[in-house]
Amino acid sequence: MTSPFRTPDGGRIDRATTVEITFDGQTLPGHPGDTLASALLANGRHQVATSIKLGRPRGIAAAWAEDPGSLVQIEAPFPEPMLLATTVELYDGLVAHGLPGQGRLAEVPDSARYDAVHHHVDVLVVGAGPAGLAAALTAARAGARVALVDEQSEAGGSLLSGTDRLDDAPASQWVAAAVAELAAHPEVLHLQRTTAFGSYDDGFVLALERRTDHLGTGAPRHVSRQRVWRIRARSIVVATGAHERPVVFADNDRPGIMLAGAARTFLHRYGVLPGREAVVFTTNDSAYDAALDLHHAGVQVQAVVDARPEGSPRRDECEHAGIRVLSGAVVTGTQGVERVTHALVAPFADGEVGASSAIGCDLLLVSGGWNPAVHLFSQARGRLRYDETLGAFLPGEELDGLAVTGSAAGGFDLAGCLADGQRVVRAALTALAIPPAGEDPLPAAPEAVIPAAPLVLWRVPDTSGAEGSTSFVDLQRDATVADIARAVGAGLRSLEHVKRFTTIGTAHDQGKTSGVLTSGITAELLGIPVQDTGTTTFRPPYTPVAFAALAGRDRGRLFDPERVTALHQWHVAAGAVFEDVGQWKRPRYYPQPGEDMEAAVLRECAAARTGVGIIDGSTLGKIDVQGPDAAVLLDRLYTNLMSSLKVGSVRYGVMCGVDGMVIDDGTVFRLAEDRFLVLTTTGGAAKILDWMEEWLQTEWPDLRVHCTSVTEQWATFPVVGPRSRDVVGAVFPDVDVSAEAFPFMTWRDATLDGVPVRLARISFSGELAFEVYVNPWYAVAVWQRLLEAGRPYGITPYGTETMHVLRAEKGYPIIGQDTDGTVSPHDLGMAWAVSKKKPDFVGKRSFARPANADPLRKQLVGLLPVDRETVLPEGSQIVEFRADGQLPPPPVPMLGHVTSSYRSAELARPFALALVRGGRERIGDTVHVPVNGTLVPVEVTGSVLIDPEGARRDG
Amino acid sequence: MQLIACPWCGPREEVEFSYGGQAHVPYPDSPAELSDEQWAHYVFFRDNPKGRFAERWNHSAGCRRWFNAIRDTTTYRFERVYRLDDPKPLATELASSRRSTAP
Repeated sequence: MTSPFRTPDGGRIDRATTVEITFDGQTLPGHPGDTLASALLANGRHQVATSIKLGRPRGIAAAWAEDPGSLVQIEAPFPEPMLLATTVELYDGLVAHGLPGQGRLAEVPDSARYDAVHHHVDVLVVGAGPAGLAAALTAARAGARVALVDEQSEAGGSLLSGTDRLDDAPASQWVAAAVAELAAHPEVLHLQRTTAFGSYDDGFVLALERRTDHLGTGAPRHVSRQRVWRIRARSIVVATGAHERPVVFADNDRPGIMLAGAARTFLHRYGVLPGREAVVFTTNDSAYDAALDLHHAGVQVQAVVDARPEGSPRRDECEHAGIRVLSGAVVTGTQGVERVTHALVAPFADGEVGASSAIGCDLLLVSGGWNPAVHLFSQARGRLRYDETLGAFLPGEELDGLAVTGSAAGGFDLAGCLADGQRVVRAALTALAIPPAGEDPLPAAPEAVIPAAPLVLWRVPDTSGAEGSTSFVDLQRDATVADIARAVGAGLRSLEHVKRFTTIGTAHDQGKTSGVLTSGITAELLGIPVQDTGTTTFRPPYTPVAFAALAGRDRGRLFDPERVTALHQWHVAAGAVFEDVGQWKRPRYYPQPGEDMEAAVLRECAAARTGVGIIDGSTLGKIDVQGPDAAVLLDRLYTNLMSSLKVGSVRYGVMCGVDGMVIDDGTVFRLAEDRFLVLTTTGGAAKILDWMEEWLQTEWPDLRVHCTSVTEQWATFPVVGPRSRDVVGAVFPDVDVSAEAFPFMTWRDATLDGVPVRLARISFSGELAFEVYVNPWYAVAVWQRLLEAGRPYGITPYGTETMHVLRAEKGYPIIGQDTDGTVSPHDLGMAWAVSKKKPDFVGKRSFARPANADPLRKQLVGLLPVDRETVLPEGSQIVEFRADGQLPPPPVPMLGHVTSSYRSAELARPFALALVRGGRERIGDTVHVPVNGTLVPVEVTGSVLIDPEGARRDG
Repeated sequence: MQLIACPWCGPREEVEFSYGGQAHVPYPDSPAELSDEQWAHYVFFRDNPKGRFAERWNHSAGCRRWFNAIRDTTTYRFERVYRLDDPKPLATELASSRRSTAP
């Protein structure tokens, strides 16, 4: 197969190797080194897709990431939507098709690996064009730690696209030597195919390295496909070049219309002729290079259309080559359907367009000047300044630690860019106190030809009669001059509003070609200076980044840490169904064959209430509080008195914030005069340790107390139920477990085969219960001893669901489920846990606020559905009927909501806990809960539904 | 991502820190003697200035120490950090504000 538009030689492609790709079902040849776009052009194909709203044919309009036209989807070797043909490197077996503005997500999971690397440098250089290479070399030679990143497949930047010479040889030789020199410096990291897509505070830059995308099916499995580099640089040099800017005219979106510089890239880098017959439309001198290079490569250049009345000093060069130059002329429109066939050219003077005539062509090159790629500078909150000569926005201030150089700073001659790259990095090195190397030569570049002043021309007046509705500003959004006019006509003045009204700049390319055009056209329509419209905010990412790359390794099981108890494998083997409690995996219930959750929980509850159950409570937060002032600290943080607690005893306590609302609860063991073990809720462990440390450090640094988390140092197994004494007594024969010798709310140390074990009489179910604490190394052994000893009594492991039912039946609240940060201890019916003796504790003063004494505060009560059948959904609202038995008119006042709701084995009916306005006064009343559109009558009760006298706790 | 200079550890990434609100709002000596309004001011009211603000920060994923910082709320720049036992900054320091040029 031959490619008709491939040049006979030249370019940076591997002509010795031919690869085959499939595009829109057509098999096409290409070479390694091609992009999908250059391979399509080599085969004469310009149209890639159709546009999103209007369905107009669209083609390749640029040569890299600024292209608004060539959206494609890759189907093989791995489906990936929304890529640009201009940035997809070619490999054998590539299957792709053009996209009508939007792609389709892959339907199979992405099996590739993605990862991230942190990197720290003295100097980060972004862009390996002439300015960036010069900067990187100078920094490397000075011995600085350097990173050089560049988004292309090879270094060189603009030198890859032209015919420049350095040191009297093709510039590519200098590039190769520079790359080799950088590679020899051990402190230099040089990454190609790596896009710095975001710059953030304090020298932090994110860059995406595409490591295997270009290898296709040959990508090794062990190498990550893409890598996010998290680079922290003491100094950043932005050498990101410039994007060529189009001029807007009627029907400027046809395939075959391309930026002039892109045509040079396709010719010199890829060995491709983008057409046979070209018209070049320009406002500046740079496009003359394209006209002459294409002419010399054999393209028939029909005319250079220069909008400037005085033309260019390079006119002679063209005319000498036989190229017609029309000065003071513009392209007013085009003809053609799937490819441009004619450019309509008209005289242009003083903003007035004359009569047009058609010039036949299959390629229309456009240049309206160059926009420095200031994205990273602007993201770092650098202010931009509008340059009237260039018609572009340039960095408008100096930033600490970030310098812009080369054409990104508005420099457009090679010698100047090289020198400026060296200058800015030397200044950066000086600021870092790194002396420059003695030997630091720059290559000799030919003396720059001073170009004639460009003309700033955003758009050609529309003489087609379409009134700007085919003059495309943002090709990806099908947004036109008419759309901007409509926005301005609707009264919009801010460019941010124009952007949102027209959607310009919101597509895949984020306005790389359309952004500055919109600034200029909007300013023109408003009759104000372009400086005053400014630009829209540049935000990361510079080019699209796959979520998979941002996620990196933090996917699936690695998304968030999983905490498991020492018994986890036992739970898994026992068939537990797990639930997430914070980061913990906790058994929710242990279904037996044929059981659903409801059946399993009823069985587990019955066992704990009538026989014996056991639960893995190891996730409870545990804080070791030590020091001579430990009791003082706890007295200040708990609502009740802890200093009076005797060694060997346990007390339940509640903690409030300064606002008097409950933040946590749990039991406190006094281990010694100067040592307590504080138990917190599973979810509150870290928060309460923080809370204690905050008060100790910020308010009471005089207290001699240390707090240490010991959550994972103790495995904890509550053994619960009327037969629990038998079980614990059997496992610990040396311990007198009688109610007299081992009373409720006390703890004892014991040993089991020499292993220290701590036992405590604590109950979260109202039943006789013992908590067994042991070093997690021995957790499985102790757990199995307890199971063995419990077998005669049918000991039943139970999960968190049963634990919740048992505690709710007793009215024990779960902080964070039955409370929401607006609930005081009094609201929970826990006035008994609030000390009246202590002069102060955190939250005490708030209890005296009038709002806290309001009898209509929401209070925790029980609810019993009258039908004895409905399990009220948690979160349900509660309403009441008026005296006449009717609902009040909407909006119906809400009395509160259901906080916990379960089916009770003991009560043989469902029940709930709820926060209800003035709830304790309503005990005995009937209120209603809407469930699936019907109002379910429920009786308000006290919150303790089982054993309100507490007769069971001693067995 | 900003770097925050912990007075004990040096510059670390901001994700290691947690915010503690306005600094120099001490717990009242005798809450019981305060009026409801005075107590409510302690519990609920904090300044929200545009410009320099003395704040509490905690190096929660590092040394876990609390410290104070003067930060400009318009530029996010940390003007300086200081220890809890260092003196309260003068009003003149908090009043002066300058536009950051930091990246």
